Amino acid sequence: MGLLLHIEELTKAYGPVSVLNGVSLTLDAGQSLALTGESGSGKSTLLHLVAALDQPDAGSIRLDGVEIATLDDSGRAALRRDRIGLVFQQFNLIPSLTVAQNIAFQARLSGRHDPARCAMLADRLGISALTARYPEDLSGGQQQRVAIARAVANGPALILADEPTGNLDEATGDAVLDLLLDLVRDTGAALMMVTHSTRLAARLDRRLHLSRGLLSAAPLVA
Amino acid sequence: MIQTAVSTLLSHWRRHPGQLATLIAGLALATALWSGVQAINAEARTSYAQAAATLGQDSLDRLVSASGRPVPLAEFVALRRAGYLVSPVISGELREGEARLRLLGIDPLTAPPEAGAPALQGEALDLPTFFTAPGLLLMEEETSLGSLPPGLPEIVLREGIPPGAALTDIGTAARLMDQHDPSYLLVARVQPAGLPPLEQATDLRLERPGATTDIASLTDSFHLNLTAFGLLSFAVGLFIVHAAIGLAFEQRRATIRTLRALGLPLRSLLVAISLELAVLTLFAGVLGLVLGYGIAAALMPGVAGTLRGLYGATIPGTLSFDPVWAASALGMTLAGAALAGAQALRRTASMPILAPANPRAWALASARSMRVQALVATACFATALALGVWGGSLLTGFAALAGLLLGAAMILPASLGLVLHLTGRGARGALAQWLFADTRQQLPGLSLALMALLLALAANIGVSTMVGSFRGTFIGWLDQRLAPELYVTAASLDEAARLRAFLIPRAQAILPIVSAEVPLSGRPGEVFGHIDHATYRDHWPLLQAVPDAWDIMASGQAVLINEQLARFADLSLGDPLEITPDLTLTIAGVYSDYGNPAAQAIVTLSRFAETFPDVPQTRFALRIAPEDAPMLATALREDFGLPTDAVINQTQIKRFSMEVFEQTFLITGALNVLTLGVAGFALLTSLLTLADMRLPQLAPVWALGLTRARLAWFELARSLILAALTFALALPVGLCLAWVLLAVVNVEAFGWRLPMTLFPADWLRLFALALLAAALAAAVPALRLARMPPTTLLKVFAHER
Amino acid sequence: MNARTLTLGLCLLASPIWAQGFAGLGTAADGFALPQSPALFNFPEDHGPHPAYRIEWWYLTATLTGEDGAEYGVQWTLFRSALAPREAEGWDASQLWMGHAGLTSSEAHFSAERLARGGIGQAGARPAPFSAWIDDWAMTAIDPEAADALDALTLTARGTDFAYDLDLTATGPLIFHGDGGYSVKSAEGQASYYYSQPFYSVTGTLTLPDGPVAVTGNAWLDREWSSQPLSERQEGWDWVSLQFDSGARLMGFTLRQTDGTAYTAATWIEADGSTQAYLDGALTMTPLAVTDVAGREVPTEWRIELPDRGLDITTLPLNPQAWMDVSVSYWEGPIRMTGTHPGRGYLEMTGYD
Repeated sequence: MGLLLHIEELTKAYGPVSVLNGVSLTLDAGQSLALTGESGSGKSTLLHLVAALDQPDAGSIRLDGVEIATLDDSGRAALRRDRIGLVFQQFNLIPSLTVAQNIAFQARLSGRHDPARCAMLADRLGISALTARYPEDLSGGQQQRVAIARAVANGPALILADEPTGNLDEATGDAVLDLLLDLVRDTGAALMMVTHSTRLAARLDRRLHLSRGLLSAAPLVA
Repeated sequence: MIQTAVSTLLSHWRRHPGQLATLIAGLALATALWSGVQAINAEARTSYAQAAATLGQDSLDRLVSASGRPVPLAEFVALRRAGYLVSPVISGELREGEARLRLLGIDPLTAPPEAGAPALQGEALDLPTFFTAPGLLLMEEETSLGSLPPGLPEIVLREGIPPGAALTDIGTAARLMDQHDPSYLLVARVQPAGLPPLEQATDLRLERPGATTDIASLTDSFHLNLTAFGLLSFAVGLFIVHAAIGLAFEQRRATIRTLRALGLPLRSLLVAISLELAVLTLFAGVLGLVLGYGIAAALMPGVAGTLRGLYGATIPGTLSFDPVWAASALGMTLAGAALAGAQALRRTASMPILAPANPRAWALASARSMRVQALVATACFATALALGVWGGSLLTGFAALAGLLLGAAMILPASLGLVLHLTGRGARGALAQWLFADTRQQLPGLSLALMALLLALAANIGVSTMVGSFRGTFIGWLDQRLAPELYVTAASLDEAARLRAFLIPRAQAILPIVSAEVPLSGRPGEVFGHIDHATYRDHWPLLQAVPDAWDIMASGQAVLINEQLARFADLSLGDPLEITPDLTLTIAGVYSDYGNPAAQAIVTLSRFAETFPDVPQTRFALRIAPEDAPMLATALREDFGLPTDAVINQTQIKRFSMEVFEQTFLITGALNVLTLGVAGFALLTSLLTLADMRLPQLAPVWALGLTRARLAWFELARSLILAALTFALALPVGLCLAWVLLAVVNVEAFGWRLPMTLFPADWLRLFALALLAAALAAAVPALRLARMPPTTLLKVFAHER
Repeated sequence: MNARTLTLGLCLLASPIWAQGFAGLGTAADGFALPQSPALFNFPEDHGPHPAYRIEWWYLTATLTGEDGAEYGVQWTLFRSALAPREAEGWDASQLWMGHAGLTSSEAHFSAERLARGGIGQAGARPAPFSAWIDDWAMTAIDPEAADALDALTLTARGTDFAYDLDLTATGPLIFHGDGGYSVKSAEGQASYYYSQPFYSVTGTLTLPDGPVAVTGNAWLDREWSSQPLSERQEGWDWVSLQFDSGARLMGFTLRQTDGTAYTAATWIEADGSTQAYLDGALTMTPLAVTDVAGREVPTEWRIELPDRGLDITTLPLNPQAWMDVSVSYWEGPIRMTGTHPGRGYLEMTGYD
């Protein structure tokens, strides 16, 4: 298992508000990492920076040895498209597309669309019967399963999940997380998940706690 | 409380001045377009009426000498001394090189009130100076700045005088023109009690006003075009107002929700919103009036030029402020705002306090309304079709137009949805699929703006097709009807005989023009006598004819009638037509006769002479090699001594007509671009507002691996697709519109039908313009998207929303 | 042309009544002649026009009675207004003419107006054989043998809804107002030439909407011309011509001045034509009742006193609505007098706009 993600001395501020104050971490391929912390501690910001959705003020993020900071807008878009799978708290499916189209969307963008794989994913996630429907017809749990399928369909090296169960009740959340962890394990991708729940965090390989923009090892029990 | 509510509502605009600006601009532009067209129409009508009233030619009878020469002064005095209320006019043109001035010398002491020149009202004139030598000339400033003949008396600037003309005392005109006798006498409508009829008191010929202004129906035609445009711009404006108000509510959904959640009673909220709306609308409306006035003022010289041209109706190229159009334009804006506001208020009233802003839900709800709209549209189309086919009046013609346009606007969202759905299905790539699916989802928010665009495009196609068809037909018809090179008029039979002798060696053919006024099928009509000549056989434009119509005509057994008569009296080939109780002939052909409201028939000259022996042959059309025409005209004036007006060169008339139509094109062109521009602005407003609401839909796509720049391009493409599809629907609608105008409205209004000509090159140009408008409208939101900081997009993914 | 604007201007020129504010008239400029005292008349020439003077009129009023005893009043006026002191020729409008005709019954009042320029023959006046005319309205001498050209006249006028045709025969001599025909109109000395023929007996026909009516009665002709007759301080006048049952006549007028005072003058005419002129202050005219006429308050009942003659009468209009609805409107109509000197007459009131 090689080093997939290497973050060094990352800082980020939004105007006068300093969010990350020199964060460093590494993540190996296939490894899962839980990021915990208070509201506003910078968890999501860190995730967004890793996803190349935003750019740090200083420090370095290397994914597979590639320095993200050196990429231009389209380079970063390509990185997101080809290497990263994203799961959001709000699911953020594309409302005008069907479930099937949503699952295949990113894979088709990156030219790695495999209908069989999509079908398999839908099957494993228990949403095969829903593929012709539109997102607004689905429950929250169903929508998040579609989002997970979309994130994985592409075969990304790194899956980034931001409170993936935050909008779901506990039972549904647990089920969805199980599916996510199973799929990550099977595909060999690394997972970095932001959560405020230590209970969920405990199920991942590693845990880091973010507080006032600095990382520390997270206690297993709060 | 209401004050707090209003100030809270207004605070939204303080934070988002751009949105306020677009709302106001939308309302103002709608008002401007409508009021501009209205202003031109109103001004042209008033001015035309005024100009006509200067000589009382719109309503007063005239006495003229049968010879066409001036009326002897003694005859005027004799009529006055016999008690008749007649008033002398000396009119004519002063020329010196290129400088020209038309003089209207009236006798204000005897002029009937109907002939009142507005110019002499208001600020009192120095009467002694006006009445005594050297006198005063009253004219428009525009005229005074042109090139004028030398040796004129003092000029006083006055409004309401025909361009190129000066109004003056008859004494001054007499001196300047060196003409003692009146050119004609105006007859007051009410004559004193107890006098025998005027016809018995004089040998002068009494001309009814209709006879001198038969071009009036052509100006009507022009006004009808403008009215049609006014109607369309009204519709476009209404849609824009609706869109602008609707969007203003959408933008502040959150504010309104919060206000209600904080305990503001619904009633107070509604009052506050209504108040705010009224104030904004009034402000924007007044702004629009100013703009509209500007538009009208800019176009007015063109309109004046058009009417001055062939129609001979002289109106000033300047604009005066008429409270009527201002009020009507403001009324339109207020009504539109009230309508849109009522809808928005209803939505606000029924909105649950905690309803989330959910564009998708909104979109879903509108799927239902789209179906309703489609049903309404079908009903509109059916009505329009029925009215167009079976309706029989001008009103039903216009109603058909309205039905057609309304139906087209209503069916637009549904048909766009269907097309996008089908295309999206067939699309290959994920992005293409998304593009179409997303465009479809955007429809509800854009439908009003797109309807406005549709109407603008349809109006454009319809009106330019109509104007173009009119132009083509009319010019072609002029070419045919004005085949003879010169037209001459002799003052008397004696002069006519000398004129013939003069012309025989000089002209290839001399075609007498004789006519008599007789009722035809119960309508006022005119009968002409023609000789059998190749000029007619080759050039006379027959719409329908029996075989060998001209030979049958030449035998004296048949008559040709104009299209108006055929339509009014429902006559067709082979039907008998009674010319006089003693003469009934068979109809052998129907000819087109544009610009003439009256019934007309043609018989052979010999028939004519038998039937109307008293009509003198004093007018002639001359055939001659075209290049020799100017020389002959000069010879007729200088060697033979005919007055300038008695010789008319047809190339002048044609050139004139061409200029007129180019002018008309210029105006319709300008109005077209304006309408389109306003519709484009509506699109911009809608897109700007939707831009914020669309972020949750765009952000995931960006996150999944698209650059903002590409997203922006997609946004632009979306707008172009919608514009292209809208154009595709607008094209048939516009052509239908043109058809209704040409084949229904024209027939009902004027009695003639114009063949429709298609101008595909114009459509291409318009298509390009539509795309340009859409691209410009989409450019701002797209650019904003391309430059949007990632943080803004990331907010979509934030946990707490 | 807006007839109203024009004729307003005309009347400003033509009639002293409306001269206030028209500064140019107050002066003796522009080469117009001014009346001189003593007045020297030369007939028949002076019955004709005097183009050298700015304004002039032939002003006739008649009190008439139909066969059924119904009373009527008729007015016929020809005004001349000069823009320049010269004879007009052709279209030259240096001499403008305005005709007013009125016909009053107890139920109705008709009025008409005509305008014309001199020089083309449409309107004018000539001394011998005497005629004054505008369009088909005319006052024309019918007896070339008469001692005075004005002794026997026909008079015609026509409006859209009325007409009249009267024969007039003088039963007495011309009389001269003021100082032998030199009539002073203000304390500043504005004056006019002013003479009258107050002794006409009349027969003729009125044509009313209901048909012709034969009438008889009396008439009074005023001739007056001047160039600057009114003072700037004068805003209107109230004028009467009265025929008493005794056979005597009285002409009187009050010129109302802007300061509230009045300038009055009167001429007492005996049945034989002998006259006595009364200067300012001898006559008093006091309004007794006002009527709402055409939206204006107009005094239509008067008390008239001339103590020197023991005269104290009250006048009542035949028709209080005798409003001349012409370009510059005024009240003009027949009246009846009660009191010390009963009789019939005519009242004219101007400047009530």
